[in-house]
Amino acid sequence: MEIKVKVNGTAHSLDVPDNTLLVDVLRERLGLTGTHVGCDTSQCGACVVHLDGTAVKSCTVLAGQADGAEVTTIEGIGRPDDLHPMQAAFRENHALQCGFCTPGMIMSAIDMVQKSDGRLDEAAVRDGLEGNLCRCTGYHNIVKAVLAAQDRM
Amino acid sequence: MYQFNYHKPSTLTEATSRMVEAEEGAYLSGGMTLIPTLKQRLAAPSDVIDLSGLPGMSGISIDGDIVSIGAMTRHAEVAASDAIPALAELAGGIGDAHVRNRGTLGGSIANSDPAADYPAAIVALDSTVRTSIGPIAGGDFFTGLFETALREGEIVTSVDFRIPDAAAYEKFPNPASRYAVVGVMVARCGDAVCVGVTGAGPYAFRATALEEALAADFSPGAVDGVAVDSSDFNADIHASAEYRAHLVGVLTKRAVARLG
Repeated sequence: MEIKVKVNGTAHSLDVPDNTLLVDVLRERLGLTGTHVGCDTSQCGACVVHLDGTAVKSCTVLAGQADGAEVTTIEGIGRPDDLHPMQAAFRENHALQCGFCTPGMIMSAIDMVQKSDGRLDEAAVRDGLEGNLCRCTGYHNIVKAVLAAQDRM
Repeated sequence: MYQFNYHKPSTLTEATSRMVEAEEGAYLSGGMTLIPTLKQRLAAPSDVIDLSGLPGMSGISIDGDIVSIGAMTRHAEVAASDAIPALAELAGGIGDAHVRNRGTLGGSIANSDPAADYPAAIVALDSTVRTSIGPIAGGDFFTGLFETALREGEIVTSVDFRIPDAAAYEKFPNPASRYAVVGVMVARCGDAVCVGVTGAGPYAFRATALEEALAADFSPGAVDGVAVDSSDFNADIHASAEYRAHLVGVLTKRAVARLG
């Protein structure tokens, strides 16, 4: 089937098998490998992207469900010389160790902050990151980074 | 995943036709259960029929004391609504933020997962499930483990809830999945007390013995001494049937205590 998606501002028209997952469109077809596949069972959140502005687990979205939608991935939010405030806060707060969960953490955190009017406290951040697992268990600095970033977004 | 044909119909008629024509069809709502099931190859439908293209299936409206919620309304939207606070709290405790951004009311109840949260509200509140064929009383909707009163090809379009005088939802979540090991909604409508239980049995049900005790004396202490029959309760690595029966009493007490 053919799908049309706008990814990080660029429109794509792609012919994909009906049982294709959004994460595979991003990684395999568009080469956007910043979006990771961790558990592949909707639990870990390494694959989180924004679908029409909302954080979703792209391993649990069919390509057909994203037809006509706008997708933003970790590659679409900043550049190495111009980091997104959330990326900068992660760097400054040592909020990543191995880095595997980081793209999903950052995409979840941006959505959380954007929908919060800047009033997140530590408990709200921890609750909001319920669906993102860090196997280095580096949560403490991740929470610090999200709280720091919300003042700059 | 096995191969399947993906469809995104734009009318209810087209959707039901696709289902009737399919060798083995599956409706796709938010996909938070179906897609993981497909990925594990626990289901092999020939056709997946995505309901997200149907018009008028999403949103929350209030008319008098009736709150109508479209079947495709995401959990996150219900969680953010103040129409029925107990229902918002229930929705806000489902899965995680990403699941709540995709999962839907209609998809949840049509699946009749014994550990889903929404079924407790469907049976505890005065509710009507509206479908492509006609209305089904909430109390008649769940009929078995992953079984509902929906007929072949029938699609849930919305659910009407009568706003209760007061209601509270308490659950004992599985610490990993946040599914309800047991969840209890207690609702008061006039003199009536309704206790809806999910997670404990093969499908959501009303605990009538608890309701009678609470109708006579609406206090946590009234729950003491009321036997909860666990003969058909679920038992798994998370909790025995007896423990689930214990949780029904504890969670009912907590809900009653919150309602003062």
